Amino acid sequence: MKTTFFANARLIDPVALTDGPGAILIEDGIIKEVLDAGATPPKSANVIDCGGQCLAPGIIDIGVKVSEPGERHKESFRSVGVAAAAGGVTTIVTRPDTLPAIDTPETLEFVERRAQEDAPVHVLPMAALTKGREGREMTEIGFLQDAGAVAFTDCDRVVTNTKVFSRALTYARSLGALVIGHVQEPGLSEGAAVTSGKFASLRGLPGVSPMAERMALDRDIALLEMTGARYHVDQITTARALPALERAKRNGLQITAGIGVHHLTLNELDVADYRTFFKLKPPLRSEDDRVAVVQAVAEGLIDIISSMHTPQDEESKRLPYEEAASGAVGLETLLPAALRLYHAEMIDLPRLFRAMSLNPAHLLGLTAGRLQAEAPADLVLFDPDAPFQLDRAALLSKSKNTPFDGARMQGRILGTWVSGERIWEGA
Amino acid sequence: MTFRAKHLLGIEPLHPTEITTLLDLADGYADHNRRGVAHRDVLAGLTQINMFFENSTRTQASFELAGKRLGADVMNMGMQASSIKKGETLIDTALTLNAMRPDLLVVRHPHSGAVDLLAQKVNCAVLNAGDGRHEHPTQALLDALTIRRAKGRLHRLSIAICGDIAHSRVARSNIMLLGKMENRIRLIAPPTLMPSGVADFGVEVFENMEEGLKDVDVVMMLRLQKERMDGGFIPSEREYFHRYGLDAEKLAHAKPDAIVMHPGPMNRGVEIDGTIADDINRSVIQEQVEMGVAVRMAAMDLLAQNLRASRSPAEVMV
Repeated sequence: MKTTFFANARLIDPVALTDGPGAILIEDGIIKEVLDAGATPPKSANVIDCGGQCLAPGIIDIGVKVSEPGERHKESFRSVGVAAAAGGVTTIVTRPDTLPAIDTPETLEFVERRAQEDAPVHVLPMAALTKGREGREMTEIGFLQDAGAVAFTDCDRVVTNTKVFSRALTYARSLGALVIGHVQEPGLSEGAAVTSGKFASLRGLPGVSPMAERMALDRDIALLEMTGARYHVDQITTARALPALERAKRNGLQITAGIGVHHLTLNELDVADYRTFFKLKPPLRSEDDRVAVVQAVAEGLIDIISSMHTPQDEESKRLPYEEAASGAVGLETLLPAALRLYHAEMIDLPRLFRAMSLNPAHLLGLTAGRLQAEAPADLVLFDPDAPFQLDRAALLSKSKNTPFDGARMQGRILGTWVSGERIWEGA
Repeated sequence: MTFRAKHLLGIEPLHPTEITTLLDLADGYADHNRRGVAHRDVLAGLTQINMFFENSTRTQASFELAGKRLGADVMNMGMQASSIKKGETLIDTALTLNAMRPDLLVVRHPHSGAVDLLAQKVNCAVLNAGDGRHEHPTQALLDALTIRRAKGRLHRLSIAICGDIAHSRVARSNIMLLGKMENRIRLIAPPTLMPSGVADFGVEVFENMEEGLKDVDVVMMLRLQKERMDGGFIPSEREYFHRYGLDAEKLAHAKPDAIVMHPGPMNRGVEIDGTIADDINRSVIQEQVEMGVAVRMAAMDLLAQNLRASRSPAEVMV
């Protein structure tokens, strides 16, 4: 029996929404007891002095792109696992938008085997909702679920055929499967590189109206009323979509929403002179939208913060803006970026971890994501104040496409534990 | 010397005094061009490469002539047919060209921001000859010079820009330049051809042409691209001409001495009536072409001066 005692910690509890001194005892990879600050460790325990730093449930990151199979030069299970550990992420929920797409039990098993071999963190795979993510025929949702798929999504592709989508939702409901959708009205957003408005016009870039998000959300909400499926929106990034989301939740639909950390911390002006590392999908929004969605996270209307980790190589980014690939890596910067909201006094730490750990666990039916007895000992220890300047070359991800290169950030991850095993030790 | 820019990528980064410096110099070149005064020493020994990733006859010819009048060795590269078809990236193309050690690089590209990207990778002066829908700075400068010569000033004028503003880099550069020089700008277009966020541009916006043209000093027409004519953005060519084409009746709302401009090539009978375009009392369209050469001479002259100043003496001698 292996016991570890975390002494002298500042416990961030996303369930009770408290932030205060305490200690934790773990045994065989499970949290045994959450104790007061003054508690003494059992004699046999290995004691870790947290030095008064923050101890929180490990981050559960929904929507991580690992570029296996197909583009292993961009990110492998080994590199993504190390990057996750360095970022305090203890569970990654991987995207099926690989080459080929993960749309059969066989490809899913390949992913699970690779993850088992190489990644030190928990890896939960998602599978495509439609074959080849082409929006025409649904995948073998039942088989895929049996093989371990935790959710079904075509990632950034919208299933434009409403009949196909409604049937997939109906079928998924019969299995209790979670469907994750992307909301962008495809006709309006086609070819867009930025959000429409003054900035888009000044830069001469094709823009998409922020309304495209609400339009697609409205359709999906209507489909949920029709089908009763369990549905999560990967990213809600505009103020105009929030009232519709709020109403849908109030009406008792099984809907939740997420957002990428970049949309919480950056706005469209950061693109500046065509900086392609800031090209995301959906594109960065106005400052008004950013403030509104930060508020929505603080209130709990938007449930989940993700990194939307999307590795891209240099070649696909060093192009004219319209031609450049979308997406940014984010596993290692998720916590420091999210801490910007804490330092700006917009969201407190328990609420941040509610969005990064507890709510994702709820959504996926996991017992992780909380500091409670019987929960897995997936933990992150961090100093929320330690300043540093990000150097993208120092990232552990194979791809270095971060919008935070050279940015001054705060928050150092001192340690990451998965099932009680320490997998990261920070300086 | 009040022109500090290393490249001419757009009007946005220029200071009003830099614009005035450039226009003053261009004004002189325009007169000298008329009198046949040669300046073959100004760019002597320098190499100018025109790199056009998008078709262009007039702009390319204008840059070529400007370079030759100042004594540069000018080379044209038609990039549509070249290596991009073979899969070379823009940056590789830039590095290849840079290795040939040009002094002035004139670039047109169909994507906004592509010229900025290229300028970061080369160590010569880069002139933007139009990038996507972003900027076309020499066009705005030649328009400004034409206005200044016709009206005697480049401030406190009421200027209407009409047509496909949403897709026009000419309109963007002109809005920027004329705004910096403190003019009243009116944009006239059907709402489908108006850029998003236009209300924040510091301009007046009109959907009705007669109202928009009321008492303006300058009428700038824009070219309507053929591919935008049918159904997508406007119902038809003839309805567009009826509502937004410049004819004598609509022009009558402008000041009696208002001048008419067009960046060319014109679609007669679509955005402009032929008789207006040819009216020597109103149209300055031919002067615009003439000023184009002068403005490009001035721009290359100033950039070459800055380039020479930035290079070490040893390097210049090589």
